[in-house]
Amino acid sequence: MENWSLFSLCVLLGLTSRWAVSFHSYSGAGKPPMFGDYEAQRHWQEVTYNLPVHEWYFNTTNNDLNYWGLDYPPLTAYHSLVCAYVAKLLNPEWVELHASRGYESHSHKLFMRATVLFTDILIYIPAVLLYCFYFCDGFSKQKVATALCILLYPGLILIDYGHFQYNSVSLGLALWGILGLGLGWDLFGSLAFTLALNYKQMELYHSLPFFCYLLGKCIKQGLIGRGFFQLAKISLTVLVTFALCWMPFLSDPKQPLQVLHRLFPFGRGLFEDKVANTWCSLNVLIKIKTLLSRETQLFLSFALTLLFILPSSLKLLSKPNLWQFKLALVNSSLAFFLFSFQVHEKSILLAAFMLPLLVKDGLLLPYVVTSLAFLFLSLYLLSALERSTEEELRLGIYRKLTRHWLPKLNLSRIIKWKFWFSLVAMAALSFTSVWLEPPAKFPDLFPVLVSILSFLHFLGFIIYFNLVQLMEPQRKKSQKKTN
Amino acid sequence: TVMAAPMTNDQSWFYALALGVSFLKCLLINAYHSTDFEVHRNWLALTHSLPVSQWYYEATSEWTLDYPPLFAWFEYGLSHIACFFDKEMLVVPNLNYASPATVLFQRLSVIVADVVFFYAVKECCKCLREDKGKDLLGKPSFILTGLLLWNFGLLIVDHIHFQYNGFLFGVLLLSIARHCQNRHFEGAFLFSVLLNLKHIYLYIAPAYGIYLLRCFCFTQSNAVLVTLGTIVLSTFAVSFGPFIGQLPQVLSRLFPFKRGLCHAYWAPNIWALYNIADKAFSILGVKFRLLDINKLPKASMTGGLVQEFQHSVLPSVSPLATLVCTLLSILPALFKIWHRPNGARGFLRCLVICALGSFMFGWHVHEKAILMAILPLSLLAVDSRKDAGIFLMLSVTGHYSLFPLLFTTQELPIKIFLMLLFTIFSLASLKTLFRKGGALLNPLEVTYLLGLIPLELICEFVYPLTVWQKTFPFLPLMLTSVYCALGVTYAFIRLYNSLLTCSDTTKKTKMQ
Repeated sequence: MENWSLFSLCVLLGLTSRWAVSFHSYSGAGKPPMFGDYEAQRHWQEVTYNLPVHEWYFNTTNNDLNYWGLDYPPLTAYHSLVCAYVAKLLNPEWVELHASRGYESHSHKLFMRATVLFTDILIYIPAVLLYCFYFCDGFSKQKVATALCILLYPGLILIDYGHFQYNSVSLGLALWGILGLGLGWDLFGSLAFTLALNYKQMELYHSLPFFCYLLGKCIKQGLIGRGFFQLAKISLTVLVTFALCWMPFLSDPKQPLQVLHRLFPFGRGLFEDKVANTWCSLNVLIKIKTLLSRETQLFLSFALTLLFILPSSLKLLSKPNLWQFKLALVNSSLAFFLFSFQVHEKSILLAAFMLPLLVKDGLLLPYVVTSLAFLFLSLYLLSALERSTEEELRLGIYRKLTRHWLPKLNLSRIIKWKFWFSLVAMAALSFTSVWLEPPAKFPDLFPVLVSILSFLHFLGFIIYFNLVQLMEPQRKKSQKKTN
Repeated sequence: TVMAAPMTNDQSWFYALALGVSFLKCLLINAYHSTDFEVHRNWLALTHSLPVSQWYYEATSEWTLDYPPLFAWFEYGLSHIACFFDKEMLVVPNLNYASPATVLFQRLSVIVADVVFFYAVKECCKCLREDKGKDLLGKPSFILTGLLLWNFGLLIVDHIHFQYNGFLFGVLLLSIARHCQNRHFEGAFLFSVLLNLKHIYLYIAPAYGIYLLRCFCFTQSNAVLVTLGTIVLSTFAVSFGPFIGQLPQVLSRLFPFKRGLCHAYWAPNIWALYNIADKAFSILGVKFRLLDINKLPKASMTGGLVQEFQHSVLPSVSPLATLVCTLLSILPALFKIWHRPNGARGFLRCLVICALGSFMFGWHVHEKAILMAILPLSLLAVDSRKDAGIFLMLSVTGHYSLFPLLFTTQELPIKIFLMLLFTIFSLASLKTLFRKGGALLNPLEVTYLLGLIPLELICEFVYPLTVWQKTFPFLPLMLTSVYCALGVTYAFIRLYNSLLTCSDTTKKTKMQ
């Protein structure tokens, strides 16, 4: 079968699963007074449509910041404005100032879901297809298999089409950025990534690798000659993009400050709810949230985040190639997730670890189906378990480290067993979270267990990926790159 | 190039496809379901709560039991599992009861019953010629599995609209597979069981009858005829046995001829064209003063579920007339396999023609019945070029004619995505399979199929925004029916052509 037909089949399967998941409930459905993220997005359409720009981020009589105030950068606001115009055409009641609070109806749900699908088709899916086409090794069928697995990734589907968010926009733009860099179009890549950053400040997780890669590349080209010009062009692109996005807010110095204040709410605590990062897990043993002052918490999280991203960033700076870049992206985002301030569980976009959230939203069925399907698909198509010889897993590093103490260890088998164990643990936790009642003494037992289990996994991942990036074992030509 | 299939097991792709489609079906649990959902819930309730003597008399709900007894027993069995999900659904007066547990149970029952279909498809794949060393995506068995397991019509009728066709077609395909494997007693038994599950399969009973009589009863000893007869009769006896006393009542429920010539959404058959012609003539006649508008009988075209349709200009059609037309349409095919049976392939072709003929000329045909022609035709499509071309025409047209079944906005993207998915898959895979020897479809056919796109845009997107939506709300349905009727008729003619012109081959293929 020809390539184009295989790719279009993947896209259609991805689109069908997305839309089918959207039949289910969304966050905060039927739960006054605050509802959930769905209501937040609707509210932003109402605010951006009815109020002038300089009021969007401020607390005024018309704009109560306590009720889902805008806390994403301006591009989200512009996007909401465009959606609001369409909403106004279809049914003005949807964006009526004040009167439309908590508006819920079947046709409104269809409209909101349709906006997610539209941006997904426009931004994210083409990026995925191009990425798989250009940057996947192997035969064309393997590219198609990778594309299918990426498109059916449950985390993104469940959060965007279930819980309700627009992650596909920011992730898609970031992916376009990676594509640009990979194809050597640095300016386009920086433009795309800056747009992603201006859509969701969460993309800061990926910003350091972008910065280090581009800087490293310019340095390699010689800081005196071509490299300098390249650096200047990139900086100019980034600055101009920022300026264009923030233009309405640059007239009054108070505006950008207020926006930044909304984007980075250091007023809130170290973490909220149960997140699978260090602070939440540590909190189980030592109550750091109450023990340390806010300033110390800020300092500690900043220091640890920096500590964990510095090695990978420096390595990338010294060796700016695509392989290092991809690894650095993973390491940087893991580091930020694990150690930074005010992280939300959605940030990790890993389905199993968002289980409590999904159950609360009434998304249990899609969660089970999409996770099982994805698991099965990746095992089947990407032969994940077959390729797990020691060499492929780059366990050479671990080998060297443990050779002294445990020479007889068959590491690849351990990894396989660990994989199945994790799966069983996740399945068991999912089952118990849904069907069993927690003991009265520990009402939050299951969410906490989920976050601790997840945290341990992430810790393991960040160590592994850092080691892989830093040690960079000898690569033979036939070795396939993992993404 | 070989796909990086991880498991060395050759059959793993089959389970991958089956599992994949099952996951998709699970995701569709929350989709729209039609009144057929309530129909089956009602049958669960009445088989569970009432004694057997009351099953065919019960009329609390308007959806009375109108399937043969074996299906009633099937619902009875299901109702025992339903107890564990929600006891309230088994209470007969609970009309339109649709709690989440009820929906979950009913949907899961369809998904699980499809296991029969999976098994049947696996058996059918065994009947195909296999070319060794071919790339997986070009293997006939892979393509057939995709065409059957991921069939668009079956997916949306069973798992959105709600019916149990997968299970029933599984029995049909299994029976066909058994005939291909020369296990004719099993094939006949399975078909009798099928008839007792849903009597719509009477459409294809002539093909079975003629084929079995011709090939086995007279060529071999009389013992074969006696055995076949015993099998068939005993199946019917077991099924109808408990209802022997109420036979007239059962039959009146099974064959309600009081319904109109055309179903509410016209099936794309000859009568749709007939109705249109009649309407056109009446309009033209009034315009040119040839007819008096007051003398014309009031004809309402489509409105509600059952309608008596009085034709204005052309003669009215009675059930007997449709029966005669149907029999006339399938007689040549039956004669052909009587005189020159072409083994299992000839039988299959005759079966498809019988199904299609009954679809084209039958009384009160539902457009879902097109699946009875499309699914068996898939078996022929992976074997010969000409059949692949006919299959593409029939399947795309037939599937498109199912669109009006899902009329909600929420399901619109799903039906478009799935239709594109199946169409692209069937086109691309059949083209790869038969890449030697030119194109599968000639330009006229391609133009016709492409014409479905503007038709869909007009009917679904443009028309609702125009002013005519209020005055002529059924115009898009009419347009769809008529356009598809052309395609279906064309496929019917081409099938007949291929049956009547194929030579009596006795090649030693596995399909004999």
